[in-house]
Amino acid sequence: MEDAKKNDELLVDHNHDGIDRRGFLKCMAWAGTGTLCVMQGGVLKSFSLSRTLDFDSGAAAGELHFVQISDSHMGFNKPANPDVAATLQAAVAKIKASPVSPEFLLHTGDISHLSKPEEFDAVDQILKDTGKEVFFVPGEHDVLNDDGQQFRDRYGKGSSGAGWRSFDKKGVHFIGLVNVMNLKAGGLGTLGAEQLEWLENDLKARAKSTPIVVYAHIPLWSVYPEWGWGTDDATQALGYLKSFGSVTVLNGHIHQILQKVEGNVTFHTAASTAFPQPAPGSADSPGPMKVPAEELRKVLGITGVNFVRGKEALAIVDSSLA
Amino acid sequence: MKMFARIILPALLLAVGISAIVKASGVPAAQTAPQVVAVKIDNFSFGPQSISISSGTKVTWTNRDDIPHTVVSTEGVFKSRVLDTDESFSFTFDKPGTYPYFCSVHPKMTGQVIVK
Repeated sequence: MEDAKKNDELLVDHNHDGIDRRGFLKCMAWAGTGTLCVMQGGVLKSFSLSRTLDFDSGAAAGELHFVQISDSHMGFNKPANPDVAATLQAAVAKIKASPVSPEFLLHTGDISHLSKPEEFDAVDQILKDTGKEVFFVPGEHDVLNDDGQQFRDRYGKGSSGAGWRSFDKKGVHFIGLVNVMNLKAGGLGTLGAEQLEWLENDLKARAKSTPIVVYAHIPLWSVYPEWGWGTDDATQALGYLKSFGSVTVLNGHIHQILQKVEGNVTFHTAASTAFPQPAPGSADSPGPMKVPAEELRKVLGITGVNFVRGKEALAIVDSSLA
Repeated sequence: MKMFARIILPALLLAVGISAIVKASGVPAAQTAPQVVAVKIDNFSFGPQSISISSGTKVTWTNRDDIPHTVVSTEGVFKSRVLDTDESFSFTFDKPGTYPYFCSVHPKMTGQVIVK
């Protein structure tokens, strides 16, 4: 045990692996207010993001930077947000204005609100403005009426089954999972036997030191089962990931930022670009939450993720659309 | 007394009798024709969550929530398209039985129709 000399230094190295998890947790708690936490040389460094995002992009960029957006709900037009296209455009503007350009985007589902072709078209049109490749997984709003056929036709190239896939970027292995198909009465999200078997095989080929990023719509941890905020068979999936040194799970669905670190796994849910939802149990139901119009963009957002080679935990930074 | 015995009492008994039969069948006393029973979808729930109807009754679900929902029988007996706010789905239940259903978008939302 070493005493910290200043705030930035490794506070406690429990696992003797150079990772200060408690410090990382502390830093992640600040992340919602715009703090960038980056592991470099085993030391957790924090950079605060000013509104104009002027920080030393070289030091903070790491080796791989990507952005997750979620729950655009194109087609929603109720008081909680009468113009979801405008807020999605604000998210795109934020991405384009970032000093560290993302290599690609992840969309963790509920792209559309009613699975209508014109809704998917509108999102595609808006995201094209980023000039970046986008990898999608569906939300339950994207597979209505047609068992996800439209989703697969549009976004399924290179995927298997209901639209799951894996790919590599700069040595990081990304796995997109689909947990919104064949939902059972009274149940939660579900991955299903075929996908789990695919996942087990996909991971067999990876070295345990490969950083893994799993992205799926419904949270893969039990956020609030009463509202369906969890996945029935995620435990099995997480079991396959247990022996990997760095696992980051990125989800959406709940329209608010929540995070949890459990051993080698960091769980993070993103804000929506459309409307917020209430905190678990704080309302009768998990529906769209109305806030004063001038507050809306503060509770919508995007998530930036940085990977620094050699350091295990990825740095996750949430930015609101305000 | 005679009037009571011959007219009023039988009339009373008949009224009570009809009322009892009508109540037993689950149909409001005023109606005798096949009817439509309404279920309101709001706040991520079906209301009433459980209904009892006689066979031949049509049930209409109307979504009053600000989020779309579906009405899907767990046994595959009926399945609505997605219902946006103010959209409806109807199904006429001919066979007696218990029909559990749920919203396939939000599977924690469940309901049942009991058909006598």
